[in-house]
Amino acid sequence: MNQNKKVIELKKIAKSFDGDQILKGIDLDIHEKEFLTLLGPSGCGKTTTLRIIGGFVTPDSGDVLFQGKRINNMPPYKRKVNTVFQKYALFPHLDVFENVAFGLRLVKTPEKEIVQRVREMLALVNLAGFESRRVDLLSGGQQQRVAIARALVNRPNVLLLDEPLGALDLKLRKEMQLELKKIQQRLGITFVYVTHDQEEALTMSDTVVVMNEGKIQQIGTPQDIYNEPVNAFTASFIGESNIVPGIMHKDYLVEFAGRNYECVDGGFAKDEPVDIVVRPEDVEIAKASSEFLCGKVTAVTFKGVHYEMRVDCNGTTWRVHSTDFTPVGADVGLRITPEDIHIMHRSDFGGEKG
Amino acid sequence: MNSKKKLSGVYIALMLLFLYLPIFVLIVFSFNSTKGYSWTGFSLKWYQELFSNELILNSLKNTLIVAVIASVFATILGATAAIGVFSMKNKAVKGAIQNVTNLPLLSPEIVMGISLMLLFSFARMSGGFVSLIISHISFCVPSVFLSILPKLRQMNASLYEAALDLGCNPFQAFTKVVLPEIMPGIITGFLMAFTYSLDDFVISYFTAGNVQTLSITIYSMVKKRVSPEINALSTILFVVVLLVLLFTNVRSIKKETAKQKKMMRI
Amino acid sequence: MKLNAKWASYPYIIWMILFTIIPLFLIVYFAFTDASGAFTMANAEQAVKYIPALVKSISLAAIATILCLVFAYPFAFAMSRLSFAKQKMMSMLIMLPMWMNFLLRTYAWQTILEDNGVINTLLTGIGLSPLKLINTSGAVVLGMVYNYIPFMILPLYSVMTKIDKSVLEAANDLGAGFFSTFYRVVLPLSMPGIVSGTTMVFVPAVSTFVISGMLGGVNNYLIGDLIETQFLGNSYDLNCGSATSLLLMIVVLVTMAIFNHFSDEDAEEALV
Repeated sequence: MNQNKKVIELKKIAKSFDGDQILKGIDLDIHEKEFLTLLGPSGCGKTTTLRIIGGFVTPDSGDVLFQGKRINNMPPYKRKVNTVFQKYALFPHLDVFENVAFGLRLVKTPEKEIVQRVREMLALVNLAGFESRRVDLLSGGQQQRVAIARALVNRPNVLLLDEPLGALDLKLRKEMQLELKKIQQRLGITFVYVTHDQEEALTMSDTVVVMNEGKIQQIGTPQDIYNEPVNAFTASFIGESNIVPGIMHKDYLVEFAGRNYECVDGGFAKDEPVDIVVRPEDVEIAKASSEFLCGKVTAVTFKGVHYEMRVDCNGTTWRVHSTDFTPVGADVGLRITPEDIHIMHRSDFGGEKG
Repeated sequence: MNSKKKLSGVYIALMLLFLYLPIFVLIVFSFNSTKGYSWTGFSLKWYQELFSNELILNSLKNTLIVAVIASVFATILGATAAIGVFSMKNKAVKGAIQNVTNLPLLSPEIVMGISLMLLFSFARMSGGFVSLIISHISFCVPSVFLSILPKLRQMNASLYEAALDLGCNPFQAFTKVVLPEIMPGIITGFLMAFTYSLDDFVISYFTAGNVQTLSITIYSMVKKRVSPEINALSTILFVVVLLVLLFTNVRSIKKETAKQKKMMRI
Repeated sequence: MKLNAKWASYPYIIWMILFTIIPLFLIVYFAFTDASGAFTMANAEQAVKYIPALVKSISLAAIATILCLVFAYPFAFAMSRLSFAKQKMMSMLIMLPMWMNFLLRTYAWQTILEDNGVINTLLTGIGLSPLKLINTSGAVVLGMVYNYIPFMILPLYSVMTKIDKSVLEAANDLGAGFFSTFYRVVLPLSMPGIVSGTTMVFVPAVSTFVISGMLGGVNNYLIGDLIETQFLGNSYDLNCGSATSLLLMIVVLVTMAIFNHFSDEDAEEALV
């Protein structure tokens, strides 16, 4: 867990819009210098959470604390928090320089300092020399950079980013991911980042918060989230996985797909029904034999680094990633080692089975 | 947040009150049994008088005749003009046409009216139906032109070529592809022209000669002040306009709202 | 291969030359000739005498325009923040009185303001003394505001709907409170609407003869009334009337030039 001081704390936040409960009790601590990502499918409440931190939405119940002080009703313009909006929301009547200088002018910063700080920020986001350009003539990526500079120039304690890379093409998005991470580390500011792209979340974050249907599903480092998903939702949302029902006979022994497996988990009730998650890259292709779960290869797709296969075992399809080619129709065994079997309490979420 | 919303709600309501109160006063007194502005009892007397007033009925007929002829003409003239200008390449000529089109929209009505009156008197033409219709076409045609030209510009440039590619000759390509595409603009233009013509007073006043249109008759009546038939006429016109607007808008609102909701879900 | 139908625009071009451009030049021609067609400056000299009426027209129209702007601005903003269906509904409600005959709308105020009209009947009914309302400059300004305020609301509303909510949030987020957001973001972004709304109210207001004739009485004789009487009234003189109209045109063109100076090319969009 993060050892730094807490900047923002959300306590039991709930919010409804027109009778739809969007947030159902959010508890979250955000620390100094942390890159925290709210990850989830659209409609999960991640943007609402961000807007509550920004001050654009007031929670129905619960508290928002900033450095220990309650700020539920503090308007956005008094918060030491700045936002990079989804569609940038640049001021169309101002040029690049004036967009970035907007916040500084409001607090009557001396002209000399404004020029210096705006120049610095534009250099940081690689837009030096663009000062007098009109913002509506910039490319998407450049507008994005102006939006980031405009927010950061005010030296906020926390920067909120609402799917800032959503409108960019894949290559530019990858570049910006690295650049944002670099900026965050250099300035040492807390970033709260909203995205539905799991890869983006895993690449950039110190902490990932997985959300679904107004609730936090799991909080952890990218490694935790990927390797130890706590429920079927997280497992299926992060990366690809095989999720099958199973029964936990006793500690370190689980039954699924009609076979007993040794595993590394314990602490479940005797014969508790559970969900089993096995990542496709953790399944190894072996010779068909009674030692393993066996099946027939039904499809093979070449993916560059690996082959993606579908193996049919008694009517359940398993996804397998392997660097070795196996032809369609081959009978194979699937080797699954104890540490690759992730066992989770049953949740009401069905997941993408098989 | 909520109090701000309430405040703006109150303001909107006050503004609507300002806009509608005078009209409602007319409506209420159109049912008054005597001429003055103290209520003396309900009566349909003024409606009866209105419908037996030859002058008003005759000018209503004239107004409709002029509006139909002028708007049909203006629509044809404006539509062909838009197509012609759209296929022009010379930017200077295009710009000049745009500027001339803006002239009647930007200059004061009274100036348009007297300039046309001068033209007719210069040409030794006495005022009447012909001069009235020519004048109406002249102030209606720019709005038709301006409602069709954007539709042509929005049109996918390859549509016409696709039609040719699929075997249409240029005339068929125009009638089967281009025309349906700009039809909404043509209809809007026609409706605008029709309502402008119906509603016009100033230009008609200077160019109608001895022809009485509804506006001209109303003007001669209101100059004498207090004529309750005018109240009855206002009520009828208000109801007609209300019905037309409701009919045309409610459907489009429903459609658009449904579309928006769908978009939000995606 | 493109649509090639240049010729289709020729009838329109001829029409516009015949019935828009030539008539406007005729005003100039008549303004500088006498009844026999000979050149003269007499009309121009006569028109200069009407400058007091012109000044009165300009000042009443300017007051009406400012009032329209002041009242329409918050209204248009509030309207642009409503839900979609309500916005449609509101623009319909704004347009409805516009579609009713303009003379009838003015007549409505006549019945309200008259010496024995609605207000004074009410006042005497509760035992107060009647007020002098009709035939005052105030009545003329009221008539102008009432008739032309939709022309201010609609262009303002159309530029304000284009101001994205997130832009206002961004201003808030960067430290701007209510007034700073208004002054630094909303006002500059709505400038094109202000410009076109102002011209759309000022031009008809400065040239009206109906409103002043119906609500202003003899003390509020505006430039429009002068022109009207010279063309159709008892001081019939086409040449002198043309000179007066020319004067009016110059005023209108100068004001429009001043306003367009403040706007950029976006203003035209809002106007259409």
